[in-house]
Amino acid sequence: MSPQMIDRLWQAFLDTLVMVGVSAGIAVLAGIPLALFLVTSEPGGIFPAPKANRVVGTIVNGFRAVPFIVLLVALIPFTRLVTGTTIGVWAAIVPLSVSATPFFARIAEVSLREVDAGLIEAAQSIGCRRRHILLHVLLPEALPGILGGFTITVVSMIGASAMAGAVGAGGLGDVAIRYGYQRFDTTVMAAVIAVLIALVCLVQFTGDLAVRRLRAR
Amino acid sequence: MAGLAFDSLRAPARWIARDRPGVAAAPAVVTATETRTAGTVRFEAASKTYLSAAGPVQALDSVDLDVPAGAIFGIIGRSGAGKSSLLRTVNRLEEPTSGRVLVDGEPIEALDTAGLVALRRRVGMIFQHFNLLSAKTVRGNVALPLKAAGLPKPEVAARVEEALRLVGLEGKADTYPSRLSGGQKQRVGIARALVSRPEILLCDEATSALDPETTLTILNLLRDINRRLGITIILITHEMSVIREICSDVVVLETGRVVETGPVWRVFGAPEHPTTRALLEPLSRGLPADLAPRLQPHPAPGTATVLAITFSGQAAPDLSALAAAAGTPVRLLQAGIERIQGHAVGRMLVAVDAAGPDAEDRLRALGGTIERIGYVAADD
Repeated sequence: MSPQMIDRLWQAFLDTLVMVGVSAGIAVLAGIPLALFLVTSEPGGIFPAPKANRVVGTIVNGFRAVPFIVLLVALIPFTRLVTGTTIGVWAAIVPLSVSATPFFARIAEVSLREVDAGLIEAAQSIGCRRRHILLHVLLPEALPGILGGFTITVVSMIGASAMAGAVGAGGLGDVAIRYGYQRFDTTVMAAVIAVLIALVCLVQFTGDLAVRRLRAR
Repeated sequence: MAGLAFDSLRAPARWIARDRPGVAAAPAVVTATETRTAGTVRFEAASKTYLSAAGPVQALDSVDLDVPAGAIFGIIGRSGAGKSSLLRTVNRLEEPTSGRVLVDGEPIEALDTAGLVALRRRVGMIFQHFNLLSAKTVRGNVALPLKAAGLPKPEVAARVEEALRLVGLEGKADTYPSRLSGGQKQRVGIARALVSRPEILLCDEATSALDPETTLTILNLLRDINRRLGITIILITHEMSVIREICSDVVVLETGRVVETGPVWRVFGAPEHPTTRALLEPLSRGLPADLAPRLQPHPAPGTATVLAITFSGQAAPDLSALAAAAGTPVRLLQAGIERIQGHAVGRMLVAVDAAGPDAEDRLRALGGTIERIGYVAADD
């Protein structure tokens, strides 16, 4: 591989990191409140709002139903509104976040739902208000599961970010398609795959380690 | 007002006095008696109906009940009798559909969120499965009620230490609950319930998940808490031995209704309702297995009369008076007399040679109920 190609690969790697990192951050910030809402607004939950729950649930399902490559294109007007552009890394972050948030919210929801109802009852019995229950019971008790779900989300986002080349965002997937596939450069293709495998393994390993640490208590 | 009485009279001095003998032992005694005014619960026609898939279910049916301050009040009944619902109406984890519940004479159904939170700080609760937060240490679990109440950190720390000392878990503050035994977990549960210095403690099958030995230590701890801190304890259990061990009063529920209530010695000594009798069956002794088949329904030459003498709360039976009253040799076949709250309760099975009605009358005069069970060969 030429030094230029190595530079290109390095730049693509950084682009992927930025896209996935920023989008994952947004997915957490938006996804956890969304998951908390989905769990607590159910009938019998601590903030019951069955109608709003159904509406939000349907919207979440709607976003989950659209394939990422379609979402990428369908969201172009929205992306322009938010970032002022429709190409580049930031233009890819918008659809990536929009796609990852409902995905992560559903995964976090499962973990939150597994928190024993007896713990919520106990918290109520000691005079906890509802925000205390969110803060001291639901989130900490579901944290190992949420963290495991976050790992899954990040790995699937690394996969999705490969499509970001379609909006000229660059990244590893873009390099693999343009050089590895379209120019028949097998070495670049192999290098990209190796880097992706290493990245995914690292993310999974770190996530698993953190979950194990939490569960060991 | 009860809340004021609680704050000013149930001074922390009572807690501290134990550990620092120099500090005001006398006021501690005074506050203990003063607090008897707080810690009462009254149910007035409390009813609760659930809507289930199969239609409405009446969990509580017009329950009228008074729990006096300082009592250890047991609630027994079969599964689904409404025990759990009744207990949960005291801190409004469940709300009655009609009727009302008064804590310290104040109706609680109209309390707003702040009032409800304040009520729950006066009413602690412990659970069958402990319900400890796995993500927090013992200290974190016990501190939560105080943190939620917004107490300053140094006071939280001091009171958590105090509560852990009270339940005998001083060294375990930084341990996570998953590393504790069942008994230790329940102690954490008790510390968490007591750290807000409640006047009432609700126990939901608190010993059902524990082995018999641990159950005894937890019961002793509860009794100790009741005596030393004057906290009213209301407990649900399906173990009659728990009631006999620590309760002062008991109520028997059947399909949401109160069928029998009173001091434990009276209800256990002379159960009136069939449900109570059925529930108490495991505690009672039947006829000895070897004796039952040889029991004859009618007297015959050379048979002795088998009498069951049941004591339900009288003074302890005087054995020499018993022998004198029988007027003939008395053989003790079986006896199970217990003391519940200072009352002799239980049954003796004796064989007396040819006891006539006179002898039975004389025996009856000693206290206890006499029942002629049958006849056995005199040399049996």
